[in-house]
Amino acid sequence: MSRSLRDVYGDSLLKYGKENKNVFALDADVSGSTKSAVFGKECPDRFLNVGIAEANMVGMAAGLATTGKIPFVNTFAVFLTSIGLIGARSLSSYSKLNVKYMGAYGGVSDAFDGPSHHSLEDIAIMRTLPNFQVFVASDEYQTDWLVKNAIDVNAPMYIRLSRDATKTVYTPDTKFETGKGKVIRDGKDATIIACGVMVGQAVEAAEALAKKGIDVRVVDMFCIKPIDRELILESAAKTGAIVTAEEHSIIGGLGGAVAEVLTSGGAKAVQEFIGLQDQHAECGPYNALLQKYGLDVSSIAAAVEKAISKK
Amino acid sequence: MSLTTSRKNELNALCNKFRIDLIELLHSIQTGHPGGSLSVCEILTTLYFEKAKVDPKNPKWPERDRVVLTKGHAAPMLYRVLAEKGFFPVEEMKTLRQLNTRLQGHPCALETPGVELSTGPLGMGLSACLGMAIGLKADHIDSTVYAVMGDGELNEGTCWEACMAASKFKADNLIAIVDRNHVQLDGTSDEIMPLGNLAEKFKAFGFEVFTCNGHDVEALSDTIDLAKAVKGKPAVILAETVKGKGVSFMEGKNTWHGKAINDEECKLALAELRGEK
Ligand SMILES: Cc1ncc(C[n+]2csc(CCOP(=O)(O)OP(=O)(O)O)c2C)c(N)n1
Ligand SMILES: [Mg+2]
Repeated sequence: MSRSLRDVYGDSLLKYGKENKNVFALDADVSGSTKSAVFGKECPDRFLNVGIAEANMVGMAAGLATTGKIPFVNTFAVFLTSIGLIGARSLSSYSKLNVKYMGAYGGVSDAFDGPSHHSLEDIAIMRTLPNFQVFVASDEYQTDWLVKNAIDVNAPMYIRLSRDATKTVYTPDTKFETGKGKVIRDGKDATIIACGVMVGQAVEAAEALAKKGIDVRVVDMFCIKPIDRELILESAAKTGAIVTAEEHSIIGGLGGAVAEVLTSGGAKAVQEFIGLQDQHAECGPYNALLQKYGLDVSSIAAAVEKAISKK
Repeated sequence: MSLTTSRKNELNALCNKFRIDLIELLHSIQTGHPGGSLSVCEILTTLYFEKAKVDPKNPKWPERDRVVLTKGHAAPMLYRVLAEKGFFPVEEMKTLRQLNTRLQGHPCALETPGVELSTGPLGMGLSACLGMAIGLKADHIDSTVYAVMGDGELNEGTCWEACMAASKFKADNLIAIVDRNHVQLDGTSDEIMPLGNLAEKFKAFGFEVFTCNGHDVEALSDTIDLAKAVKGKPAVILAETVKGKGVSFMEGKNTWHGKAINDEECKLALAELRGEK
């Protein structure tokens, strides 16, 4: 059984943060949930729990960054990218301050708490900010790399995590690169470009379709920005049918980013969008939500067949 | 003293029933927030069963008082009180947090009868309550807006922005009630974000400040009367409470903010609430 991404995150932040004394972690009274408390417990001098005050937290992080620190700000993605947005835009983005925005409980992973706690717009919001790099963690090994990379690279970043475990698609020694999507599985009839928990679902959808003789490429586009134009255009040219799959609104997120590349690159390919269809979800068990809102294996498979039929 | 002994007993019996139902429900669904639901029990019960003008048959009655649970995570207690009041069947409580329910994890004003404002993200409620208060005054409606807030919630700067504005706009139809249980999520208020002298803070922001025992329905009832009598400025009631009140192993413990209740704990809690130990 793979580990929940938040547990992996907590351990990785501690592991790499212990080595680099510039790493600071800030949290807004949810450190037990985000797992920043794991770091906080061992490195209390570099852990700041600011209480339920997200705007203050991102402001403090920006200030820390001006002194050469590497602040990781932690709270639920929905609050980080709304209440924390002014700091992200005016401080981190505008003056390129090296703050790491760690979006806990991305998508509908805070399932039972309901729409007030779901985060379905964060990718769209954060990828519009100049100078930001935007990532969505898709499995445990990648999450570990994302933390290390965030410490090593001087740039404001938004990294979306999940409360839950996702299907493991990598090994501990898989190499990742900013701006480069990962081809998890090759195919010639269609391409599923996914991120986060949807990568695992996409692999399963591709396996199911293979039994029907449909040969599907699966790409993990964990780096939403800068996006891998080359891979998107090559996939479009090779397969002619693209399905984007994300635990996010179909507006402005991964689907939007891919569509921008396809259009501006003059690609001849149809695109189907898997994601929240411009609506709020509801509360309930996580898997039931994924199913009801069309974020499951069978919805992805159906979208692939639809995209192929439009070629 | 505003309440007769028998009325006081009735309200206390209601609170005890609500606590028992809450524990049973949260145990059965294995999700939801016990600590802050238990601490706000008397506040909501006194409001809905004694002080607030509301009409379950006509939830959108324009003349109603507005009770807003700005600490939205205590939704299970709000729903239980609303159900008892007749806004929807008590039976519906078992759908809490499940797919297709009207009883979302945090209050949703769109679908749930009696819910005035969608809350969950802390720190937005008081501002909305102030807007309600100003809107009601503009329509010459003599209703009170009750903002039921968490003390941890007061970490949010927006709360204090709302306070300044409430004072500027002389919102004397606005009463903030702080569920002052001294605990938030990661720890106690003092550990996570010390609030200092809250009474002095609110006073400095232009509020008339009252303090009372937030588990004493009579004290709450009397204090709400005093707060309603304030003219020309907003009022706040610092209701001293205990997070997890009524279940001794939960009392004062931040770990019971949102933890699932196991079988053994459920048994213990129910025995205590039923006076069986
Ligand atoms: C803006 C925002 N940040 C964080 C949270 C997560 N959260 C939910 S409840 C809570 C603690 C609330 O403490 P308090 O207001 O004291 O409530 P109570 O003790 O009455 O439960 C936190 C941090 C949230 N709901 N909204
Ligand atoms: Mg509290």
